[in-house]
Amino acid sequence: MTKAMTTKTLGIAMFTKLAALLLAGLMAAGTAAANEGAGLQDANVRLDDMASLQRGARLFFNYCSGCHSLQYMRYSRIAEDLGLDPKDVEKNFVFTGAKIGEHAVSHMPAEDAAKWFGKAPPDLSLEARAKGPDWIYSYLKSFYLDPSRPLGWNNTVFPNASMPNALWELQGQQVAVKKGGGAGHEEAIEKLELRTPGRQTPAQFDQTVRDITAFLQYAGEPAALKREAMGVWVLLYLAFFTFVAYLLKLEFWKDVH
Amino acid sequence: MATTMIRIRPKNRVLAWVEDRMPVLSFLSAHTSGYYAPKNFNLWYYFGSLALLVLVNQILTGIFLTMNYKPSAAEAFASVEYIMRDVSWGWLIRYMHSTGASLFFVVVYLHMFRGLMYGSYKKPRELVWILGMLIFLVLMAEAFMGYVLPWGNMSFWGAKVIISLFGAIPWVGDALVEWIMGDYLPADATLNRFFALHVIALPLVLLLLVVLHLAALHEVGSNNPDGVEIKEKKKADGTPLDGIAFHPYYTVKDLFGVGFFLLIAAFIIFYAPTFGGWFLEHDNFVPANNLATPEHIKPVWYFTPFYAMLRMIPAKLPGVIVMFLGILLLFFVPWLDRGRVKSIRYRGLAYKIALGLFAVSFVMLAAVGAGVTAEKIPQWFGADADVTTLENLFGRFWLLVYFGYFVFLVVYTWFGLEKTKPVPDRVTAHD
Repeated sequence: MTKAMTTKTLGIAMFTKLAALLLAGLMAAGTAAANEGAGLQDANVRLDDMASLQRGARLFFNYCSGCHSLQYMRYSRIAEDLGLDPKDVEKNFVFTGAKIGEHAVSHMPAEDAAKWFGKAPPDLSLEARAKGPDWIYSYLKSFYLDPSRPLGWNNTVFPNASMPNALWELQGQQVAVKKGGGAGHEEAIEKLELRTPGRQTPAQFDQTVRDITAFLQYAGEPAALKREAMGVWVLLYLAFFTFVAYLLKLEFWKDVH
Repeated sequence: MATTMIRIRPKNRVLAWVEDRMPVLSFLSAHTSGYYAPKNFNLWYYFGSLALLVLVNQILTGIFLTMNYKPSAAEAFASVEYIMRDVSWGWLIRYMHSTGASLFFVVVYLHMFRGLMYGSYKKPRELVWILGMLIFLVLMAEAFMGYVLPWGNMSFWGAKVIISLFGAIPWVGDALVEWIMGDYLPADATLNRFFALHVIALPLVLLLLVVLHLAALHEVGSNNPDGVEIKEKKKADGTPLDGIAFHPYYTVKDLFGVGFFLLIAAFIIFYAPTFGGWFLEHDNFVPANNLATPEHIKPVWYFTPFYAMLRMIPAKLPGVIVMFLGILLLFFVPWLDRGRVKSIRYRGLAYKIALGLFAVSFVMLAAVGAGVTAEKIPQWFGADADVTTLENLFGRFWLLVYFGYFVFLVVYTWFGLEKTKPVPDRVTAHD
């Protein structure tokens, strides 16, 4: 009997160990993969912070939507999800003459964009899903003046990006502080330094970028607002169901010896 | 235990009329309340019924996805986003389908490992095992084609890499690759035919194989953690002494398993649908682009052990052969293993160690295939570590362990080296 018990517990112990190992390994590797490209700053976006999402939407349509589309995002959906009056959305967000039910497509002609920037500005509907919020947050904070670039701007997170710093009025202008650069060595950027202050303090600007990032995170998956609120109830129901099923099993198995 | 069909006489006259002409109820009863399973099933025995549950989930959610998905290169990606945003509950249906795909492999891998642990592939269950392996093979094709359908950039490049494997076949390789794709690159024609195969051809084959897998199982009866044949000791009424009717005992037990499993599945669906980029990959939220290669092309996690086998072999054709051998050898396990004792509980110590190493090698190869080792090596050995050499060393070691298991099985059991423990007459959990 004891022997049987040990073999049985051995089987279960082996199972739990294997499952724990797999899960831990997977999750650890998963977060590692998501943080690819070391040196990204933590965006700390919160989808349950409605005010942040609303500010982010306003910032996006004022500073980004001239060039970038959200081709899968309808204006009406933004109004509905972010608790905004459709009339206000139409007045403040729609600069293209689009109707409220239409997708937020930028009016910049792709051909001209390619001519001006060397590359058409990408659609940002799924940017947060493809690159992650940390990447967007860090990217928007990492522009610096670089006279060698066509538009005078460069970026440490995405070197030689075609995009200029659209938020420079708010952030101010950063320059790169370099080090190294001895014989035969290329100079490496040590850090970015604010040379000319903008309209916002660094702390305010962090929040601005965080708001834009949160909005793009939302735009990448509008259903996320719904699913997280709904999930609790589904899990509670399933926990109850599982508990009842367990009692049922105990009841039926009373006559199995 | 061979199923015997006892004719049921329903009291309801309509049912009786049908039953006289086609014994549906008698058939169902023979395979549920008339099917006797060992009473000592443990945790490992939940995964068969869970696999069936996931299959049903995939078919049902799949049907609803096809109602809004557009199988054309121009529209596929946008149609998936349409499902995610504009279709009522579309996001839930899609997450159930994508999470289901990954959980299908979790469940199937555990189910297969159970078979190895308790010797469920051994006589008289060889055919059950082979049919199961065929299910696994078709499931891999089904999953691969399903992965291509959203037409993200990883769909495109994954399809290109996997299809190009056929190019390694001498003489006909290149022609074969073009024939499969219907173009010189994965394109509209490829997507369209993969859709046809994914939504109807392969599911039909899968369903047929599952029915055969169960039919074969019900003929020979389920194995159990002790690996003893319960039909050798019978009660007066002819039913096995250590057997209990599948219905209601295991239906109600599996119902509990289903509840527990759904809790985990729901947690993923509602709170981590991409599972940190493992179930839905970041690069697949970028539309397919034949000019922009993703930084790391790698298959979804459940293919990574086999992908590692391919990568660890320097030349293409040998790599492809080794990879297919990694799957093919499993078909022959019933004959490679000549040991008479089924369950790991009563097998020799060397067998226990070998099977444990085999499981570890599978996980380690998965880590190599997923690029986890390539990422960790610079962290562990410094930035100037030679990643390729170290990764090859690591991957090839575990590749040897993986294939070593099969060699070990033959040597260990064909030359009588195994010292087994005495197998009990009856299952250990009885009074």
